Amino acid sequence: MKDYGTAVATAETVEVTTSSDVVNARQVVRTLAQRGGLPLVHQTKLVTAASELGRNMLIYGGGGVVRAALVADSGRSGVYVEFRDQGPGIPDIETAMQDGWTSGSGLGLGLSGAKRLVDEFDIATGEGGTTVRIVKWGR
Amino acid sequence: MTDRVPVLKIGEILLVSIQFDLEDQTVLDLQEDLSNRIVATGAKGVVIDISALEIVDSFVGRMLATNASISRILGAETIVVGMRPAVAMTLVELGLSLNGVRTAMNLERGLKLLRRLAAGRA
Amino acid sequence: MAAESSTHLLVETLAANRDTFLDQWIRVVGGDLQGRLSTAELGRELGELYDSILAAVTEGGLDGRAEQFDEARSLLIELSRSRARQGFTPTETARSVFALKEVLEPALATDEQGARTYLQFARLLDDLALLTTEAYIRTREEIISSQAEQLLELSTPVVKLWDGVVGVPLVGTLDSARTQVVMEKLLQTLVDSDSTHAIIDITGVPTVDTQVAQHLLKTVVAARMMGAQCIISGIRPQIAQTIVALGIEFGDIPTNSSLADALRQALTEIARDAEDDVKGLL
Repeated sequence: MKDYGTAVATAETVEVTTSSDVVNARQVVRTLAQRGGLPLVHQTKLVTAASELGRNMLIYGGGGVVRAALVADSGRSGVYVEFRDQGPGIPDIETAMQDGWTSGSGLGLGLSGAKRLVDEFDIATGEGGTTVRIVKWGR
Repeated sequence: MTDRVPVLKIGEILLVSIQFDLEDQTVLDLQEDLSNRIVATGAKGVVIDISALEIVDSFVGRMLATNASISRILGAETIVVGMRPAVAMTLVELGLSLNGVRTAMNLERGLKLLRRLAAGRA
Repeated sequence: MAAESSTHLLVETLAANRDTFLDQWIRVVGGDLQGRLSTAELGRELGELYDSILAAVTEGGLDGRAEQFDEARSLLIELSRSRARQGFTPTETARSVFALKEVLEPALATDEQGARTYLQFARLLDDLALLTTEAYIRTREEIISSQAEQLLELSTPVVKLWDGVVGVPLVGTLDSARTQVVMEKLLQTLVDSDSTHAIIDITGVPTVDTQVAQHLLKTVVAARMMGAQCIISGIRPQIAQTIVALGIEFGDIPTNSSLADALRQALTEIARDAEDDVKGLL
């Protein structure tokens, strides 16, 4: 996945420590998606993915930070969202990305489902925490 | 203190209209409230209107499915009504198909469906 | 040192003979385009371009990629776009730029210093002319993609077949972008027309592979979650064979071989429900 580091500089930031913060993060992402002119279905998919990943971050990573920004690439515009926690990390990332895999309370659709809903998906995990970065483009 | 979704009783039917973006605790509260109210009122049917919901993620989706199963055990049929097209397309992509949950296009059709179910015709 | 004197000579020549050069340039280009563009319009375009190149060379020398050439470059891109829309070929547009070489050659290539200057200026014009070709291609790509989008919209008409029944006849190959549009339109029409049944007719779809089948299945599941029933019709014998051979699970999706049968099925269900509703009220 391309480095969207410059986009993060202008990003909107939401600290996620409770489940109502997840709702906030969702709304921030939706507002950006609307501003970026994403078609309704794309908006819905992006916000749903953000909801899954935000909840994952809260439950398994003990909370973290969500950053969202508009990005542009070869004429199309999109929304970049980053979820960064300082949790214990995901020990077996390949298994975790599979459909139906769950460490407990979830349906096991969080990571794999979110990945299907967006155009770009990148996950980095280790002992220092987990960072998931996604991008959804307009049509 | 989180908001609770009101559960309204009309005859033998419980009506739940979700009007705002739900946080997880509210979803869990609703699930509990509903099963308590089904038992307390002896309701035969539940209609959950989600036409105002802009997203349904796996958590809410699972609540809808669980509710349908719980209320069925308690003797009430659940109909989920008013799912938006974009929401339906997203749920499919997410991998959720809400099997076992009865659905209708809108509240009116949902109530008709409940009546048909009560008459053993659907 | 040599580069500086070249630039100096060029600027001087270009500035001193502006009107003469511009006149000749317009005449050469006008001859090429054989009157398909009015002399006045051509004069305005080339005049602006001449002045901006002169200004850029004065300030920034002979490097066409320098920022001093920003204005000249955007003028060229604009020129290329408007020529593309008017139906000129990219060669004709590029030649409009090259023509300035012909104009300057006799004036510059009189001694060695002049010849060197001329070559450098020619290289600059080559760069600028390439830019017009690039812009031309980009304009065409934009036109193609907007046409593709229009085609996508046109090729998926969702029609109301009966009260409570909408249908979409699919024609041509289904890819995921197209299916997305069809799905969206079909589901939205269900809501807007308060219909309970949707018929997807695939008579015009040449082949059904696993991916197409997946897309159809997704549409059916999404419609069901909204409380509507989706029927697939127009499955030709070969397609039925392919579906079975590929081992695609169509599950409990209602399918019919003809649109008429699908419509009959939908109407029967609607009638049955309506009858029940009446009985329920009594």
